[in-house]
Amino acid sequence: MTAGMTLSGWALILVFTAITLALAKPIGLWLFALYEGRRTPLHRVLGPVERAFYRLSGIDPTREQTWRQYAVAMLLFQVATALATYAILRLQAVLPLNPRGLPGLSGDLAMNTAVSFVTNTNWQAYAGESTLSNLSQMLALVPHNFLSAATGIAVAFALFRGFARRQTQFVGNFWADLTRVTLYLLLPIAAVYALVLVAGGVPQTFASTIDATTLEGAHQTLVVGPVASQEAIKMLGTNGGGFFNVNSAHPFENPTAIVNLLEMLSIFAIGVGLTWCFGKAVGDTRQGWAILSAMMVLFLAGVAVTYWQEAAGNPLLHHAGLPGANMEGKETRFGTAASALFAVVTTAASCGAVNAMHDSFMPLGGMIPMFNIELGEIVVGGVGSGIYGFLLFALLAVFIAGLMVGRTPEYVGKKIEGREVKLAVLAIVVLPLCILGGTALAAVLPAGLAGPLNKGPHGFSEILYAFTSATGNNGSAFGGISANTPFYNGLLAIAMWVGRFFMMVPVLAIAGSLAQKKYTPETAGSFPTTGALWIGLLVGIILIVGGLTFLPALALGPIAEQVAMLAGTTF
Amino acid sequence: MLNDVLSSTRPAIVMTGLFFALTGLAYPAAVTGIAQALFPHQANGSLVHQGHAVIGSELIAQGFGGDGYFHPRPSAAGKGYDPTASSGSNLAPTAKALVDRVAADVKANPGAPVDMLTTSASGLDPDISPQAAHWQVDRVAAARHLPAAQVSAMVDRATQLPLAGFLGEPHVNVLSLNLALDRATGKGANSAR
Repeated sequence: MTAGMTLSGWALILVFTAITLALAKPIGLWLFALYEGRRTPLHRVLGPVERAFYRLSGIDPTREQTWRQYAVAMLLFQVATALATYAILRLQAVLPLNPRGLPGLSGDLAMNTAVSFVTNTNWQAYAGESTLSNLSQMLALVPHNFLSAATGIAVAFALFRGFARRQTQFVGNFWADLTRVTLYLLLPIAAVYALVLVAGGVPQTFASTIDATTLEGAHQTLVVGPVASQEAIKMLGTNGGGFFNVNSAHPFENPTAIVNLLEMLSIFAIGVGLTWCFGKAVGDTRQGWAILSAMMVLFLAGVAVTYWQEAAGNPLLHHAGLPGANMEGKETRFGTAASALFAVVTTAASCGAVNAMHDSFMPLGGMIPMFNIELGEIVVGGVGSGIYGFLLFALLAVFIAGLMVGRTPEYVGKKIEGREVKLAVLAIVVLPLCILGGTALAAVLPAGLAGPLNKGPHGFSEILYAFTSATGNNGSAFGGISANTPFYNGLLAIAMWVGRFFMMVPVLAIAGSLAQKKYTPETAGSFPTTGALWIGLLVGIILIVGGLTFLPALALGPIAEQVAMLAGTTF
Repeated sequence: MLNDVLSSTRPAIVMTGLFFALTGLAYPAAVTGIAQALFPHQANGSLVHQGHAVIGSELIAQGFGGDGYFHPRPSAAGKGYDPTASSGSNLAPTAKALVDRVAADVKANPGAPVDMLTTSASGLDPDISPQAAHWQVDRVAAARHLPAAQVSAMVDRATQLPLAGFLGEPHVNVLSLNLALDRATGKGANSAR
């Protein structure tokens, strides 16, 4: 409880990193089998389900799609699932499994929530325990945790095929990718994982509330439900939408330090597996390891800053006579190390689950999570979206390297030309456009200014974090902001939709463009895309393109707050 | 393009129905069935019973206020320790409200460790640090007419240490400790006040 980082804190961080790296190949192998459409041992059990799904929906899984057909199928599926969720949330009052008689959600809140879960954001403008029935949690939200994750992986697969295939216009079949990833990867792991969570203390019941009379005779209403089944896929699919308002800080969602470690590992598991799968798909696993190395450099740097800040504590409270670490908004069983690590993991990936209140982090401690999202969540990143987002930066990096030496850039056997670079820039520009544009709007309009809880630069940070989280499809928040208003529900829903699909469609277009190209073998003049020079170049490009764009906004928020805090100012 | 839209419409609708049924109904129902059979205690909320009455959950803080009980950390959940409204304070490190609150609490509770004067993330944190428990020993021992050394030993017994030396923080579950106190003195809440 004393201030300062500890050896055991760093032991946790390093053990976590080591296990993460060890997961890359086994999970990558499994993903590669699904990428190739190979038979797995699970086909014996789930094969009939897969075939039934194809038959009932009239799909031929062997029929390949062009990138346009792939994109259309993907988008139509998103719209259909969003409408289903919107309907369930609106009709909550008349649907079963609602013993508390909770009313249906308002139109803007139901719309925001549907978009939020379709886009793998899981921004929560509602408080789960007081707003949603068990049926809504299960049927309206949980399917998206699977399907948005599977969609992300499917789009990543299509992009991998673009790199791997030669002179074809086909990038795969969306329905087959979606179904295989859900059935053979997400569902089996989630089912086993959910039971492990229950063993660790996470509730799993159809009951809704339990009345208790405390030792001192007070009345307490405990809220339970099918928490574990939601928790498992919420982490594994980097969704992040909690059963409860405080998400994985809630003792029912995250009861012990062991469960906490498992939850953090499951956020990164598929993302790191995809880096290995990419290397395998393009025929050179070193390419995957190079990407993962660059990710880990950025990850560990972020952890170091946040852990240092949180462990050092708040000088304003020290001055008021309370020494020690920054424990405001943190749980005792996690302390500062596991809270800081979780915060960086959840924002490096596009998860957005939290086990501590980011709003109460130190100014620079809370800036790192925000900065992670602004980089595009490419430090491992969301399932699928992390690797395709990272590959956009890789394309930029080889392009810039090519400009420096005056050669047409190549990456993993494909020439990178004007069309791919334009599409990559288009996808990357979406982030600053929505984040900075939305923040600017909210910072001048009365409806936007009504949101923040805190005053001064931190109030601005709350707005900036909201648009950062929505556009990046993260879902974590500086939770003090009152975002359940028509203004924020509407604007943030637009940011989430644009942040997701204005990225995915250009990525699919790049996949289609690359698939048509010939294979260009590596020559002595090719820029090597493995090794330390390449990793350094990647990290540099990511920090310059991602970082510099947001530096002015960060200067107005967390950096201004840090300076004010050191001067002893409160707001 | 229009052809692509038309040919994908049926799969989009049917797949939505199938996947919602599979992942939204069958999956949670199956997990619930197995969980209830294998781990009924945890699956139902790790409840603590006294006789037939439910007195709470091991995992959820209760707002102990009497001198004879150990107190949990401050809570921002509803009006305090309300599981229907889990919440942190969300106060910024530079918030005047936070700094003023802590300054006043430091005056009222000299020597209190940092976790006793900061609100937890969930507002339902069931644990306190061993330091926070030891800080309360004298008050509890006096109210219970027990030797401080005996209460202090109970705190030590209730302290859970990090697994393998790094997994988790040392902590004390407040409800378990208070139940152990009641067992040691053979009395319940009312007489302990």
